[in-house]
Amino acid sequence: MTGQNTTPGAAQRLAVLGAGVMGTGIAALAIGHGIAVSMIDVDRRRMAEATDRVDRQVRTARLMGALPEGTRPGVLDVGVSLADVSTGRTGPLTAVVEAVTEDPNAKAKVLADVSALVAPGTPVVSNTSSIPIGELARSVARPEDLIGSHFMNPPYLIRTVEVIRGPRTGPHTLAAVRGLLTTLGRESVVVEDAPGFVTSRILHPMINSAVRVVAAGTASVESVDKLLQGCLGHPTGPLRTADLIGLDNLVDSLWVLHERTGDENCRPCELLLTKVRSGHLGRKSGRGFYHYEGDL
Amino acid sequence: MTVPSDQEVSDTGDRFDTAAPELVRFLTARTGRTWPPDTDLFATGGLSSLFAMELVVHLEQTYGVSVRGTDLRLDNFRTVRRMVALVDRLRNSEPGDHGA
Ligand SMILES: NC(=O)c1ccc[n+]([C@@H]2O[C@H](COP(=O)([O-])OP(=O)(O)OC[C@H]3O[C@@H](n4cnc5c(N)ncnc54)[C@H](O)[C@@H]3O)[C@@H](O)[C@H]2O)c1
Repeated sequence: MTGQNTTPGAAQRLAVLGAGVMGTGIAALAIGHGIAVSMIDVDRRRMAEATDRVDRQVRTARLMGALPEGTRPGVLDVGVSLADVSTGRTGPLTAVVEAVTEDPNAKAKVLADVSALVAPGTPVVSNTSSIPIGELARSVARPEDLIGSHFMNPPYLIRTVEVIRGPRTGPHTLAAVRGLLTTLGRESVVVEDAPGFVTSRILHPMINSAVRVVAAGTASVESVDKLLQGCLGHPTGPLRTADLIGLDNLVDSLWVLHERTGDENCRPCELLLTKVRSGHLGRKSGRGFYHYEGDL
Repeated sequence: MTVPSDQEVSDTGDRFDTAAPELVRFLTARTGRTWPPDTDLFATGGLSSLFAMELVVHLEQTYGVSVRGTDLRLDNFRTVRRMVALVDRLRNSEPGDHGA
């Protein structure tokens, strides 16, 4: 079963920028499909934990039967510099996946840096939840190489990926990223550029409304989730989903949406802001709307 | 070809008596419910399948085993009895006997 090198991902390498919830999840998905990954984060603690977090997610994915059988796992490389990875010193790059904090300035800076280093034609993929790709394209060396691919959490269990074609995204970039997603066993749905694209534009204000309902005392967290699950077929309920996303990330994304659309439903509600201020960030911090132990 | 780890795990009397109560205590503490040995933890209305990874880590840390390769299957963690049998097999097998 092992030893045969028929893995479609073999000989491919991704650079993943940001070793948070999504960066480690995307890395696990890639590694489980035989693609090598180089990970970079500015936070040393995140880097120190990255190998364990990725390994645990690869094992979870395997446990769920979410990875192809008989695939030789890709190698994870965590102690590397952006310059070494980007210039191909650690091996030729298939693509760069940016999964840093949802902050337009932080993303602009890291995308500018990486796009100045990578070989022209290498797709630079942003996993932003809400920032228009056209806006991020102003910071990069070659806007035609930039594209959005919105993986959801956990990337190895969610089979569909929203792909965002920015106004200047080149056809070769779109084709390359669709090919990469196929190798990763994902289905892509290509959409046009807009704040929040399709999924965040709909989901994030909906979660915000669910939090408002709880804050107004209409129903408990559990009741809101139960109703949305039981009556409307939502897989986990909006508040459990919020915890899985990370409440800080959700607030960042809602601000991005609010600033760019003026939609008051996107103004993060007070209860969400209070939770973030108290460090209750959801599953990743052990507590959000629910309590967690032994968090992924 | 049949790999040893692909065989169904079987009940093993001795270990069951020692390991099962501990495992049931852990499950009760984490889920607020009691779990008879043959109840499917992940059946409808049961636990989230993401919880299975917590079980893997718990078994590894408590019993000093390593669950790898083809042993990483939800089926091995479905019931208390199956988990105990898995631990038992891993403790009695040579390293490298199981999985890839
Ligand atoms: N959490 C979700 O469910 C989800 C889903 C889809 C998309 N997203 C998007 O994915 C991106 C990452 O989100 P997350 O939830 O993983 O956030 P996170 O806070 O868990 O992780 C972000 C990581 O980026 C690192 N970082 C910040 N600036 C950096 C830089 N310049 N270079 C390298 N690393 C840097 C941080 O140290 C942190 O470890 C965001 O754009 C978010 O909107 C998140």
